Amino acid sequence: MSQYKVVHCNINGKDVEKVVDVRASLTDMLRNEYHLTSVKKGCEVGECGACNVLIDGEAFNSCIYLAVWAEGKHIRTLEGLVGPNGELSDIQQAFIDETAIQCGFCTPGFIMTAVEILEANTLYTDDELRKLLSGHLCRCTGYENILRAVKKTMYRRLGKEIDF
Amino acid sequence: MYDMKALYEAESVEHAIQLRLEHPEAQIIAGGSDVLVQMREGRRAGKELISIYMIDEMRGISIDKDENIRIGSLTSFSHITRDPIIQKYINVLGEAVDQVGSPQIRNIGTIGGNTCNGVTSADSASTLHAWEAIVELTGKNGVRRIPIKDFYIKAGTVDIHAEEGEIQTAILIPKTSYENTYGHYIKYGMRNAMEIASLGCSVNVRLSEDKRTIERARIAYGVAGPVPMRVPSAESVANGSVISESLLDEFALAVLNDINPRNSWRASRDFRLHIAVEMAKRCLAESIKRAGGVI
Ligand SMILES: Cc1cc2nc3c(=O)[nH]c(=O)nc-3n(C[C@H](O)[C@H](O)[C@H](O)COP(=O)(O)OP(=O)(O)OC[C@H]3O[C@@H](n4cnc5c(N)ncnc54)[C@H](O)[C@@H]3O)c2cc1C
Ligand code: FES
Ligand code: FES
Repeated sequence: MSQYKVVHCNINGKDVEKVVDVRASLTDMLRNEYHLTSVKKGCEVGECGACNVLIDGEAFNSCIYLAVWAEGKHIRTLEGLVGPNGELSDIQQAFIDETAIQCGFCTPGFIMTAVEILEANTLYTDDELRKLLSGHLCRCTGYENILRAVKKTMYRRLGKEIDF
Repeated sequence: MYDMKALYEAESVEHAIQLRLEHPEAQIIAGGSDVLVQMREGRRAGKELISIYMIDEMRGISIDKDENIRIGSLTSFSHITRDPIIQKYINVLGEAVDQVGSPQIRNIGTIGGNTCNGVTSADSASTLHAWEAIVELTGKNGVRRIPIKDFYIKAGTVDIHAEEGEIQTAILIPKTSYENTYGHYIKYGMRNAMEIASLGCSVNVRLSEDKRTIERARIAYGVAGPVPMRVPSAESVANGSVISESLLDEFALAVLNDINPRNSWRASRDFRLHIAVEMAKRCLAESIKRAGGVI
């Protein structure tokens, strides 16, 4: 017997609702119902971070989050970072500038964690940044360029000189 | 899509109890970071689930009227680490759960799930044992409170009376346990992030007023046996003793009387015994330092 439920939530600033199969993960809902394909299916067991999105400002792996739990939540995906005319946000541009992308599969997940880091308005040390980024696997780029992209954006947003 | 038979969403603790009584075969899902992974792997495939994740009254940390620290079972690891009450009175618990998995896992994983899974490597478990936490269970007959050491029955099995509709609703740390007490946790794993402990050790002390004598020391391990365990032999060495370098060694060696780790693919028994001694010593030294003592 299939079981369905209406889920109301706010996705990238817009109030939305859809009928969802209760067996769906939040990844399933965001990709299949809302076509937000920046949310990747990687390991699907919470280990790689490719499916990471922000829920009420905190980073969650949407593959191990039930779609029905999105009821009443504010969800943000990479698509929500882009400006009205397709302009990239500073953190997306930084990933390009620092060559922090190769195949790009891990990138949306990494960037959404970076958004949470940047919105804390805190100057983290490199070790703290490494720990904050440790829930993501990248199989191509390695982590140095990614770390640098996040660090540079953090310094810029805080109006500080970068000490490299 | 998960292979689940049905999902029942509980709206309150009472509703969760009622759902449990109505669906005796169904399993509880809190954050789901164990349950959903096991469902994906097939171990829990085709099961009915009762979700308690939306019950907000089960989240948060407070001091209750008896001055216990009360941690709602659905409180996530990251919220425990950031909480001012935890930071003030039992900072080591916040530090221990800050070593779970990754930031995303610490946002979804709950302390209730970390104890109800009955797993010996759970990062909160050794600290909760070392601080003599009380587990609060709520069922059709009301509230039942039991010491955490009695809550663990055997690997993977805890004392929850499902047939009475029980769920775990809180974990309490009594005032006698946290007052004037300082602790330290070490997790030994093969890497820093995304790694289950090969061994976990949590120690805490209360010192005399002149900071020269240990009034009370408590130590517990994860992965030193099938369930998390206290180490009375080491505690009795330290209790009432004057702080010294040799006391650290005596305390650390005494753990070997009580612990019984196994060989597994993660680490051998011998290796675990070896690091257990060193971890006990370092944890005690750091706890003494945090309590204002000098060695
Ligand atoms: C990638 C990854 C890395 C991880 N790393 C670590 C780690 O480093 N250290 C660590 O300790 N754990 C780790 N875990 C395991 C897991 O995150 C923790 O055990 C977490 O605390 C489980 O909490 P949960 O709310 O997600 O539990 P769930 O999966 O919802 O539940 C776990 C079990 O407890 C029962 N249960 C949960 N809450 C209640 C309740 N209130 N009353 C009655 N029964 C209940 C469920 O029925 C189930 O049997 C990891 C998991 C993943 C996916
Ligand atoms: S796909 Fe969700 S963590 Fe890997
Ligand atoms: S760029 Fe390919 S996985 Fe990171």
